[in-house]
Amino acid sequence: MAASGIGRRAALRAGAGVFAGGALAAPMVHAQGTGGRLALGFWDHWVGAAANDAIRAVVNDWAQKNRVEVVLDFITSVGNKNLITIAAEAQARQGHDILSFPTWEIHNHHRQLEPVDDVMGRLGQKYGAVNEASEYLAKIGGKWMAVPQTVGSQFKGSAARIDLMKQHAGIDVQAMYPAENRLGPGADQWNWETFLTAAQKCKDAGFPFALPAGTFTDATDWIGAMFRSYGADLVDAKGNITIRNNDKVRQVMDYAKRLFQHIPNEMFAADDATNNRALISGRSALIFNPPSAWAVAKRDAPDVARNVWHFPSPMGPAGHPVPHLPYFYGIWSFSRNKPTAKVLLEHLSQTEQVQKLVEASSGYDIPPFASMTEEIRVWRDVEPPRGTVYNYPVRPHHKATPNVAFAPAPAEIAVQMYNQGIQAKMIARMVQNNEPIDRVLGWATQEVEGFKRG
Amino acid sequence: MADGNVITAPGVPAAVAPPRKASTLQRVARRRSTLAFLMALPLLAVIGGLVAYPFFYAIYLSMLNKRMTSFVGIDNFSFLLTRETFQEVIWQSVLFAVGAVVAKALIGFILAHVLHALPAKGQRKWRGMLLVPWVIPPAISTLAWWWLFDPSYSAVNWLVSAVGVPPVAWLGEPSWARFSVILVNVWYGAPFFMIMYLAALKSVPDQLYEAAAIDGATGWQKLRHVTVPMMANIIAITVLFSLIVTFANFDIVRILTNGGPQDKTHIFGTYAFQVGIQSGDIPLGSAVSLFMFPILAVFAVFVLRGVTRRSKEMAG
Repeated sequence: MAASGIGRRAALRAGAGVFAGGALAAPMVHAQGTGGRLALGFWDHWVGAAANDAIRAVVNDWAQKNRVEVVLDFITSVGNKNLITIAAEAQARQGHDILSFPTWEIHNHHRQLEPVDDVMGRLGQKYGAVNEASEYLAKIGGKWMAVPQTVGSQFKGSAARIDLMKQHAGIDVQAMYPAENRLGPGADQWNWETFLTAAQKCKDAGFPFALPAGTFTDATDWIGAMFRSYGADLVDAKGNITIRNNDKVRQVMDYAKRLFQHIPNEMFAADDATNNRALISGRSALIFNPPSAWAVAKRDAPDVARNVWHFPSPMGPAGHPVPHLPYFYGIWSFSRNKPTAKVLLEHLSQTEQVQKLVEASSGYDIPPFASMTEEIRVWRDVEPPRGTVYNYPVRPHHKATPNVAFAPAPAEIAVQMYNQGIQAKMIARMVQNNEPIDRVLGWATQEVEGFKRG
Repeated sequence: MADGNVITAPGVPAAVAPPRKASTLQRVARRRSTLAFLMALPLLAVIGGLVAYPFFYAIYLSMLNKRMTSFVGIDNFSFLLTRETFQEVIWQSVLFAVGAVVAKALIGFILAHVLHALPAKGQRKWRGMLLVPWVIPPAISTLAWWWLFDPSYSAVNWLVSAVGVPPVAWLGEPSWARFSVILVNVWYGAPFFMIMYLAALKSVPDQLYEAAAIDGATGWQKLRHVTVPMMANIIAITVLFSLIVTFANFDIVRILTNGGPQDKTHIFGTYAFQVGIQSGDIPLGSAVSLFMFPILAVFAVFVLRGVTRRSKEMAG
């Protein structure tokens, strides 16, 4: 020290001066962030870095322009980590300002969420109405309690093999649902009876339809759409149980029994990946899924991927519902920066941002406003084969409706029926156990009565 | 005497300065029990924070209504007992835990004897290999089993098809699914029994076997009258420990079947998660998970009483 001419005390003084200078300068830096601080917990996209980076870029860009300090966490749904995080933050009444809420979580936590009518009002004026399924899930007591989000929202229509369906079932799925705004020949006959015949032929040829019938969402969603297409509601909008003495329920159960003669027995324990693997491995001619199975096949089994076509699930005697699973952005009522959070959510819902997010997911993510489907071109361009996901989002010419299983039952009952896969279990009891229909309906009635407790 | 040394007369003890009286705090700090308490404090804090608090909080939650706005007493428990699905969950949890623990105990007992009989040189190698299932995190090994049972890529079905047996829906048929989840639990847990029993076997004095041999005892009689009584406490403690862990199992069922098909493989842990977290009924989920407690408490009391009695007998 002496040699350098700087004493110990001088060095300490100098260091303290630097530290003090830094500490005094810090508030100046933060003062630039006049918009305050936001903690965001967004869904960790299955696509991975590409999709997460896209939304991070959009958020960072907005944060810089608005001088908001943002902390962005990606929370996976693997192992229901997102559900556990939501439950924990609701209990602790602290955590993120904005969280991604899957399907039923808005109803589960709406008492702790900030209404967003102002945001939804402005978005509605600009982009038109939100689809009914999202409204059912996020508009509670006449108030929007969350903003439907694009990232993670999906349809689960048909993902079928072009070659196998043509060869074994005699159905040209590309011609039936071409990558244009029109229906092709056979689309008007794409109903559950046609579907059953195709299932039988494909099974006989060694390529059975991989239709899950367990308690995971892929199973619940397609079975829910099938029930709805027959008008077979287990609980009506007022909360009345309508299982026994309901001819439509008996009709769809009778159909399910016939259909499941051609579905492999192991599908009763299938999870959300079983059907994907069946398609990717080339062992199945059709599954109900978003284009995630196709995207994996594009990487791992390109011959399969270039033969996959996406289009709506079949129609029934009472309508043409297509399985839909939306995600939502919710702002906790205990958030300290609600106005800024609302500004960000409105920004994320604009077409320019939505387009970037849909492109990053190769068309997997679905915006809540039908008007955006025409504006965003990505679904036309994704390949191979070109146009494979054109009919993945429900379009006006499909004359179909996005459907959440167990709607229109009051959500507090529906969520339990959904998570416990009541319809799938009804089918399993009848098909696997050979239980008489009256016993199955009696069991379902008792279960649903239990879900009505307050 | 400038140095201040004290000179005393021969035979007269030096005047010793009276020891300063230790303060109460010092006395408490010097006690062995105080030291032990301080050393155990971190562990007590962990148990208090991660076991006791969640347990009492779960009891509190289980007595609230679904919206967690009012106290409903034991309504959640009585409601559950009226549900057909929950009655099945009780039966399945008992079947899963008892079936798996009995199988693990038998396999562990046999393996321990086989290992004990091996020459010391090769024993370490086999012991290491047989412990592998137990040291792999169960979530990972269960995923491997899930692949083996998978309908599209099932290696097990591929093997059985080689001998002309039709493919089995391992996780799709209720009875096979129950068998599969128990099988994976046994595969994972049997090495624990094996290592505990092996340690117990090694502690049985050889003189007892020699004495039995002189009396003309057969191998079966040695096992029944020497080995088993000497291992009784270890067997009881191991069974109790394993029963608690198996009853509280979650990952194996969750990964393999998610409780399906038709809820036929649900156990308390998985059903509590489905009801509480997934369906948004946290009070009911807490009530489901608390059903384990009285069943295990009763079992633990009986087992521990047996252990104490045998210990006293051996000491006497």
